[in-house]
Parts: sequence; structure tokens; C-alpha cells
Amino acid sequence: MSLSKFKFDKRIVLSFWIILIALIIAAPTLLPVFRLNLLGRYLSLSIVALGVDLIWGYTGLLSLGQGIFFALGGYCAAMYLQITSSSEFPNNIPEFFALYGVEKLPFFWEPFKSPIFTFFAIWIIPALVAGLIGFLVFRNRIKGVYFSILTQASLLVFFNFFNGQQKLINGTNGLKTDVTQLYGQMVGSESMQRIFFWITAILVIAAWFFAKWVVRGRFGNILIGIRDDEPRVRFTGYNPVIFKTIVFSIAGGLAGISGALYTVQSGIVSPQFMTVPFSIEMVIWVAVGGRGTLLGAILGAVFINYAKSLVSEALPASWMFIQGGLFILVVTALPEGVLGWIQGDGPRNLLQRFGLKRKIETYPSLEVNNKEGNNE
Amino acid sequence: MDLLLDSLFNGVAIGSVLLVAALGLAIVFGLMGVINLAHGELMMLGAYTTYVTQLIFKIPILKPFYNSYIIVSIFLAFIVSGVVGILLEKTIIRKLYGSPLETLLATWGVSLILQQFVRSVPLAYGTGLVISLIIGLFLPSTFPLKIKESINFKYFKFSSWILAALTGVLTGSVISSTVSKLSRASARNVDVTAPSWMRGQVEILGTAFPKTRLMIIVITLISVIAITLFLNQSAWGMRIRAVTQNRQMSDCLGISTEKVDIITFGIGSGLAGVAGVAVSLLGSVGPNVGGNYIVGCFMVVVLGGVGNLLGTVLASFGIGIMTDLIGAGRLLSIWPNMPLPLSNTINFFATTSMARVMIFALIVIFLQFKPTGLFPQKGRMVEN
Repeated sequence: MSLSKFKFDKRIVLSFWIILIALIIAAPTLLPVFRLNLLGRYLSLSIVALGVDLIWGYTGLLSLGQGIFFALGGYCAAMYLQITSSSEFPNNIPEFFALYGVEKLPFFWEPFKSPIFTFFAIWIIPALVAGLIGFLVFRNRIKGVYFSILTQASLLVFFNFFNGQQKLINGTNGLKTDVTQLYGQMVGSESMQRIFFWITAILVIAAWFFAKWVVRGRFGNILIGIRDDEPRVRFTGYNPVIFKTIVFSIAGGLAGISGALYTVQSGIVSPQFMTVPFSIEMVIWVAVGGRGTLLGAILGAVFINYAKSLVSEALPASWMFIQGGLFILVVTALPEGVLGWIQGDGPRNLLQRFGLKRKIETYPSLEVNNKEGNNE
Repeated sequence: MDLLLDSLFNGVAIGSVLLVAALGLAIVFGLMGVINLAHGELMMLGAYTTYVTQLIFKIPILKPFYNSYIIVSIFLAFIVSGVVGILLEKTIIRKLYGSPLETLLATWGVSLILQQFVRSVPLAYGTGLVISLIIGLFLPSTFPLKIKESINFKYFKFSSWILAALTGVLTGSVISSTVSKLSRASARNVDVTAPSWMRGQVEILGTAFPKTRLMIIVITLISVIAITLFLNQSAWGMRIRAVTQNRQMSDCLGISTEKVDIITFGIGSGLAGVAGVAVSLLGSVGPNVGGNYIVGCFMVVVLGGVGNLLGTVLASFGIGIMTDLIGAGRLLSIWPNMPLPLSNTINFFATTSMARVMIFALIVIFLQFKPTGLFPQKGRMVEN
């Protein structure tokens, strides 16, 4: 199942990268503005998918609350933009505060006047929140479905909180970013969006390398160990709580970055980012792409969202059916996802079924053992 | 005294909605360990069943019995949701026993499909589909043993499915031609109007209670008593408990675990339907009505301790009373001149959504001390 099965020629890898970089640079000229914006958004979603893959695909923690961290990152970025471009509004604070009679910037938004603080806050705050939630949950050995339910409940807590607080964060309406200014440029403008697209593309690649680095080596082995047999990891002398907390906060940080990028490209952040369906959708991107394969998470996020927008444009009612069907199909028929299927025994089995490839003859017992070993 | 009674009643009313919604989940999740995220949508089906029943009872022939439609709809909702649940178990969940996370994702997919189904299929034909499902699933089991054991049984089964499909199409078209409101698909919310004897209020001890709330409490009480009796007194109840405790041993002793799974899941889903009737009395019914309850239900089950009905009952009433206490800011009226910072905090949380924030936070804190809920199952396993 591991990538090492595929040893590519160095030249192929090099040319792949050259083509990829060329495509990224050329994308703004190849695609119409609307499609480019969509692609940028979906690429930013693939960063949160990488996080989900780290915690679910590698560590076996199915979090249904990644929307929290996604939205937190988005709110940090949006608030910075709102504050920096609020000079013409009364009291030099963002416009919406005036609607609710707030005259002074709430104290916790004060640090967001600084771009450097915001730059760090976008990923550190979600990571800290994730670490805290994770630590509290993991410390009690709450796992499996209980973990999923608790993360979903936390998601609802945050959703209700953000939805209800007009005076602090504009409640249901959320924070708009497309009419704000960044370094004298309108964030929603075409040139700015092009830059955001490039930043997103670079960050996706960076996040991919980072995730690869995380799952490599002993740390990654422990994560997989926790997924496959947690008591055994504990009895071997490792403390799973620490590893789980770390990986969960890494996923939270990735979600924060992703949320910030998504916000500046979609033009608004609102509590809708913290709805239950959105967080579960993140899981399906990874599941379809192939959990436990990082590339699968990226491709899954981009392709499913692209399919979603195409299908929704053509037949608005049918997307829910397709999405529901995808959930069922992936779980029952394709548990390893598309990429996992390709890298695993999938194509060979398919060819064998049509009699195009000879069956590999081994002892049955050998095959069984091999299967078990493959889970690692 | 008045205030206390009022608060208690409100709390019990909120709690009983939670309880009736969580009861089915407590059985499915608690006894079978299956996470059913489509539970909310099964509730929604129950609520829509109430709506359809109400409209059908407006047909001139049934008009004299209109006032009793709500009673009929309780049974119908149980059957409709139960049958959909059984179908779900037979097709999807059966393949996923032992992998709860996969079940969770698959049932989420089911819930999406069900939501879109009520949006884009006319309710009349939906009714027809459910009727054909009922006939198709249950007709074969009523055949005499001689046919059941014959080698041609599959043909009988097949022909009963054809019969079921024909009946379904027929009833669907009859309903859509007689009740015009059901003949078109619509994504809009619909309203269930309570029959005249359920409108208004009753005065108990000088306080007025809305009758619909009382009705919900009665429905909840009856469901809890019925399910407790079923689990503890009937033969199938005993088999269900046996399979819960030790599946392999029960299997060895000749209990058909497959049948037990179907019955347990069917009853759990059916109870979701009953909960749907209760929910339809509270507000308008829409495709998303189930989503409002599902997380709360899970919290009730987790808080109460998995596999324990008493825990579920206590947890839901506890949450109900707390919600009322916090959401209506009642502590303030009990203790009017409390220090300012405290009263400010209480006012901050005195809305429905902020009360939810507070309740969930409290539950998470509670689980820090008792990770397995109020009444944990005892065991010596490392993993359970």
C-alpha cells in the first residue's frame, strides 16, 4: 500500500514537477476568472483534506469537527483584513460593529492589527484549540466513534457560539473580505485573486511535503501503530495521548491555513463553515481519494469539489443523491479510495477478473499473511 | 412554587422530546454499536408520515375520523421508519458490522439521499414506495412453511416483489389524484396541525400547560414503557439482550443473530419514526428537521452510558431541565439579587443557542470525569 511500491524514474519525476509548475504559473491565463477562483478555492480545501488524512488515514481518528479549525483560520484572516481597511469607518473599527452599537474593538481583536501576529495566528490558534480539545478527549481514552461524536458536538458548540455573537464577530452574517484592502489593493480584485491562487498552489505543495515528512520515519510509524492497534502501542511503552494530540493539532493548523486561503478567495467567512455537513464532506474527499495516501487527499478534495460545482450547475437536485451514493459506495466497495485501489491490488484483480492477467499462484496461507502484513 | 413547577414542566417537555428521539438511537447504538447518522432522517420520515396521514384523513370518507389521525400516524410512522430502517440494515449496515466509522460515513450518505428524496419525489409516490417496501419485505414471511421450504421459494419471493411494486404504484397514483397537495414535489416546509382536542391548554395546580407538550410527554412515556417491557419480558427482548452481551455465544446457542439484528434495528428506527410524530407537533416539518436533533441525541446516549435505557432517560431529562434553566435564565429569577458578574454570565448564556453551547460544554466537562457516561458497562477488556 505504500508509495514505495512505485519507483519512478528520476527524469519522470523531474518532468512531472516541471509540468506542474508550468501549469500553476500558466493557470491564470488558461482558465477564465471564475474557474480560476474555483480551482484556487478547491486547492485550499485540499490542505484541510491533508490534515484529515493525517488524523484519519494515518492515525485512525475520524474527526467530524475540522470545520472549527477551518473557520477559526478564516476568521483570523478576515478580521485582520477588516481591521486594516477600516480607517474610513467611525471609530476606526470594522463597519459591522456600528450596527450593534459597539464603539471599541473587543480586546481579543486588538492583536489582529498586526500582520505578523495574524500570519502566525492563522495556523497557531487553530492548532492550539485542536491540541486542547484533542488532549482533553484523548487523555480519557475516548476513541473511535465517541471521538467522532464529541468532535461533532464541539463543532456545534462553536457553530452556535459564532452564530449567536453579533457584537463580537457579526454572527450569522460572517465577515466579508472581498471589499477589504490589502497593501492598497482590493482583496476581491482580479490581480489579487491571481496572487492568492499562486500562494495557494505553493502552500498546497508545501503542505504536501510537510505531511509527507510527518508520516515518514518513526513518528509516522507510531501513528499507523495507533491506528492499527492502540493498546499494543501503549503496552510497548509509547504514550499514544501525546502523539494523537500532536497530530490532531497539526491537522488543526493545516485546517486553519486552508480556511484562511479559502476565505480570501471566496470573499466571506461565516458560521456556515462550521456546519455539520461541511465537516463530514471533508472526510469523503479523503475517503474517495484514498485514505492513507496524501496525494489521494489532495486529488480527492479538488476533483470532488470540481465535480460538485459542475453537477450543481447542470442538475442542482442530483448532487445530494450523488454525494450520498459516493459515501455508501466508497465505504462498501472501495474502502481504500481510488488512489489506494490503484496502488494496491485493485488493477491486478480487475485484470485477473477479465482474464487479462495470470493469477499469481501462491500458497493460500501466504496470501493471507501477506494481506495482514499489508495493513501496516 | 409556580415558577418551579413551570420550570420543571418546561424541562420535562424539552427532555421528553430528546428522550423519544434518543430512545431509538440508544437501542441501535447502545445495543448494536451501530452509529446511525440517518437517525434524524428516519425521524423526518416519521414527521412526514404524520403530515401525509393528516392529509389522507381529510378525504371525505375518512373525514369523520379526522380527530384520531394523530394516533393512527404514530403507528404508521413506526412502521414506515421501521421498514426503511430494515431496508437500510439489509442492504448496507449488515456489511459494516464491526467497523463503526465506516457505518457512520455510509449512514451519513443515506441521510443525504433521504433528505433529497423528500425534496424531489412527490410525497404520494414516496408513500407508494414505502407501501411496496412493506409488502415486499413482509409478504414472503407470511407464506406457509411448505412454500417457504420449497425449492421454488425465490420465485414466490420475486412475484411478491412484483405484486408489491404494482400495489405501490397504484396507491401512489390514487393518493396523488385524490390529495392534490401530495402530488407535487416541494422542498418547502410543511405544517402539521394538531386535531382540535389537542389544541389549547390544561390547567394543573394553577399553571397552564399546552396540550401538545403533554401529548409528547405521553408518547414518550408509552414508548419508554413499551420498549422496557419488550426488552425485559418478551422472548425476542431476551434474545436481543443476549446478543448484546455475547454475540458469539448467543449464536452458538441457536439464536439467529441475523434476525435479532434486523429486529433491533427495525425497532430502533421505528422509534425514530414515533419521535418524528412528536417533533411534527412542535413546529413545521422540513427535509432538515432531523439534523436539529441528531447531535443532541448522541450526546444523550453518550452521557447516559451506552446500552442503558435508564441512563438515557436520566440524561435526557437532565439535559432538558438544564436547557430550560440556562436558556431561560431562570436562575436569575430564583435568585434575583445575585452579584453582577455572575448575573452577566447568566444573561450571556440565556438564549437558546448559547444554552446549547453551555450544555455541550458541560457534557464535555462531565465526560472528563466519567468518560463512559452515567451508567457505564462494566468489563475487563482493554478495548470495549
